[in-house]
Amino acid sequence: MTQSRLVWQQAIKIGLIGGLAGLLLALVGMVQVFSQRYIISDVISMGHTLLFLTMLFTGYLAAQRTTWPGRRAVLLNSLVAGLTGGIPLALLVIVGSVVNLRLILIHASPELYELLTFGQGTLVGVLLLLAVSAFCGVLAGLFYLLPDLARRVLLAPLASVVVIGVLQDLVRTAIAAWGPLAVINEWLFAANGLTLQGAATIFILIAVVVYVRAKRGSEAQAKFHSLRPSTQRGLRMTGLFLLAVVLLILPQILGLFLSEVLTIVGLYILAGLGLNIVVGYAGLLDLGYVAFYAIGAYTLAILTSPELGFFSLSFWEALPFAIIMGVLSGVILGIPVLKMRGDYLAIVTLGFGEIIRLLVLSDALEPWLGGAQGIGLIPKPFIGGFELAGPQQIYYLILAGCLVVGFIAWRLRDSRLGRAWMAMREDEDVSEAMGINLVSTKLLAFATGAAFSALAGAIFASKLGSVYPHSFNLMYSINVLCLVIVGGIGSIPGVIVGSIALVGLPELLREFAEYRMLVYGAALVAMMLLRPEGLWPEAIHQRELHAEETESTAPAEVL
Amino acid sequence: MLQRLRERIGLTDIVMWLIGAVIVVVIIVGSIATLLSGKYTALHWTDIFLSGMAQGGIYALIALGYTMVYGTMRMINFAHGEIFMSGPYTAYFVIAALDTSGFLESHPINTLISLLIVFLVAMGVSSVIAVLLERIAYRPLRAAPRLIPLITAIGASFFLQYLFKGLYGSGFQAYPDIAMLEGKFVFGAFQISRIQVVVIVAAALMMAALYLFTQRTRVGKAIRAVSEDKDAAALMGIDIDRMIVVTFVIGGISAGAAGVLYALMFKQVHFFMGFIPGLKAFTAAVLGGIGNIPGAMIGGLILGLIESLGPSLFLDGLGVAAPYQLKDAIAFIVLVLVLIFRPSGIMGERLAVKKA
Repeated sequence: MTQSRLVWQQAIKIGLIGGLAGLLLALVGMVQVFSQRYIISDVISMGHTLLFLTMLFTGYLAAQRTTWPGRRAVLLNSLVAGLTGGIPLALLVIVGSVVNLRLILIHASPELYELLTFGQGTLVGVLLLLAVSAFCGVLAGLFYLLPDLARRVLLAPLASVVVIGVLQDLVRTAIAAWGPLAVINEWLFAANGLTLQGAATIFILIAVVVYVRAKRGSEAQAKFHSLRPSTQRGLRMTGLFLLAVVLLILPQILGLFLSEVLTIVGLYILAGLGLNIVVGYAGLLDLGYVAFYAIGAYTLAILTSPELGFFSLSFWEALPFAIIMGVLSGVILGIPVLKMRGDYLAIVTLGFGEIIRLLVLSDALEPWLGGAQGIGLIPKPFIGGFELAGPQQIYYLILAGCLVVGFIAWRLRDSRLGRAWMAMREDEDVSEAMGINLVSTKLLAFATGAAFSALAGAIFASKLGSVYPHSFNLMYSINVLCLVIVGGIGSIPGVIVGSIALVGLPELLREFAEYRMLVYGAALVAMMLLRPEGLWPEAIHQRELHAEETESTAPAEVL
Repeated sequence: MLQRLRERIGLTDIVMWLIGAVIVVVIIVGSIATLLSGKYTALHWTDIFLSGMAQGGIYALIALGYTMVYGTMRMINFAHGEIFMSGPYTAYFVIAALDTSGFLESHPINTLISLLIVFLVAMGVSSVIAVLLERIAYRPLRAAPRLIPLITAIGASFFLQYLFKGLYGSGFQAYPDIAMLEGKFVFGAFQISRIQVVVIVAAALMMAALYLFTQRTRVGKAIRAVSEDKDAAALMGIDIDRMIVVTFVIGGISAGAAGVLYALMFKQVHFFMGFIPGLKAFTAAVLGGIGNIPGAMIGGLILGLIESLGPSLFLDGLGVAAPYQLKDAIAFIVLVLVLIFRPSGIMGERLAVKKA
């Protein structure tokens, strides 16, 4: 009897936590805002999908943590968890129908209640809500009990449908660019969301692909490896070539808005690669990265803008100066912080970032830096006689920048300097004993990171045509830090993945934009708890971060 | 002898000393210029002085949280600013309700009771958030490399800020005017704002209480033991996890109280209000010597004074236009200077300097 009570306790605890999460999602307004976009038109919206996913996940966790053996126990557990998960939301609806909660919790509105009760009114709706959450729990439990192959065949297609539903604008535009294939769009998409037949098609397609890969995948891999090395290389080269072609024609396919998104993502990749060196290679947590971005942007502005009138260089003439200013400021920032430990380094660099922001914003420096109005009339770059006016043209400049910076970062990693950084990151005292000059190594790290950031800042200034002090705030530093960390500390593909996930997605999902920082914060905490090495980890960091786990499982009974 | 001198002092040290000398000269020149010009009256100086003391008291209370957490866990609780914010923000709804119902202003005793309730609510909420933070975000990562808990703290900080924004909106919530706290005490030619006096006295009382707690009680001693040597403390039979939770609770209580004082002084709360005071309180903790509890208090007061007197005293003398805009910059510059020239702070805690 006591054991079964324990079982209930575990399930109820998980259920309540999941329910609380769902409640918070509802109360910050996410569920409501997301409901505007439909995954499957007229059937299910993104908001409801979010709720269901929360409940399913709660049920799955409960199923996973079942201590009592047997399938019935798993199902009961997930049922209880699901049911309990629905209770906080049900309470919200019940209380909200009596008391006007909106005075305190601004999103506790009638529209929200209608969403939560599926439009069935308070009494029926609440019962329905509890039933649905319990059902989701059981579904998750069933899912947990399925064999691995079945799980994969179900999960991947479902995830694909949800993802394509969420990214419908992007997919629609991409398909529409291929003239004759535009008819696919009509099959797949209605005005807002996928059509039923579209969703079903995607589901079946992906399910088949996953099934085939599971059954035949290893054979195909073996066959690939059995080919002659030159054929393998040839295949890889063709793959890379295709990728290059896609990258080059991307802005033409995707149109104006999506090209703009690409340029924004590209600039963050550029800056991220720099911060990746400072934080990932050298292990110096720099929270004032925006300072260098601002310095690069403002240098370019001062040197090229006729509004201030001091100089009137062209973009290409001013760019080296911007980069040099970046390097200098990196060194100047680096000198005072040479002896500081990690936490202090972070705060002091944050302080520097804020100081720079306050300086460019101040009235005192307005004659030189433009004050609160910033500096305008910055000319765009010219290649030959051709002006890089719009996002589709600037994209190529940014792409070139990313390739150059990425190449430098890649080569630096395995160079003598890169190894010095790695040694310094792991243990400063030992590396100094090994003969590494800490001063120059640290300063070089800061300088390189600052140079890349200044480059990004200069391109940013030219792209925008003006610089405003309000764009150079702490948020930017945190954004870049987030994408480096979530993507994978020290990993170059990780920076790209991080940028697309943390910068590209909010741009594509307008609804998401309001909750961007909330999700960033939660993502950071979750990533650090679950997968600190990031989405696309770098091998050495992954080993470092999981070293404690393997050490602690080493046998202690050597005596 | 020159040879030995050159070995001990590197180029970077010379650069840093130059920077320090320049800043000191600038400050002296500016101050002399302002004082000579006689631009500000004694009244102005008293006002600024007291406002600095009040601000400083608030910073001191927040800094206590930073310093205690750093002492026991050797990590900067980046999210402490949000702990500071959550208390008064939640208490706003309480005080607004008390105000609309008329209870607040009905009788001076009722006002005191209301204020007490508000303080208790704020301190309670801040403590709860602090404990939840420790449980969810920090405890699993105690053994992780340095970078990870710091990033978690940054993430938690943003999560809390935008959670409050999402739940309660992005507007400024105004605390009601309380008649008892308005107005000034008049001493002959001098006028002192009542609210400033209240804040200074309240902060001083809380600091005294917390100081006595850490010095005279068993729990306080245990916390100091954990700060000094975690392993030895564990061997002495101290429950480390419990002590860390107590640390967070105390930090939460003082931050919540500081938050209410802040809200009463500036009359508004906002989801972002914890960020800058949090940073400045951290500066104060470092200034006093991080890990050192009296140091946090002293650091807070000094920072408040520097920040308040600074713009009028030296920036104005240098002819800087609109010096008050740079008030925040002064605080950050103080931080940088302290960490460069005396990282162990005023009270000389060696936690800040790298282990040789």
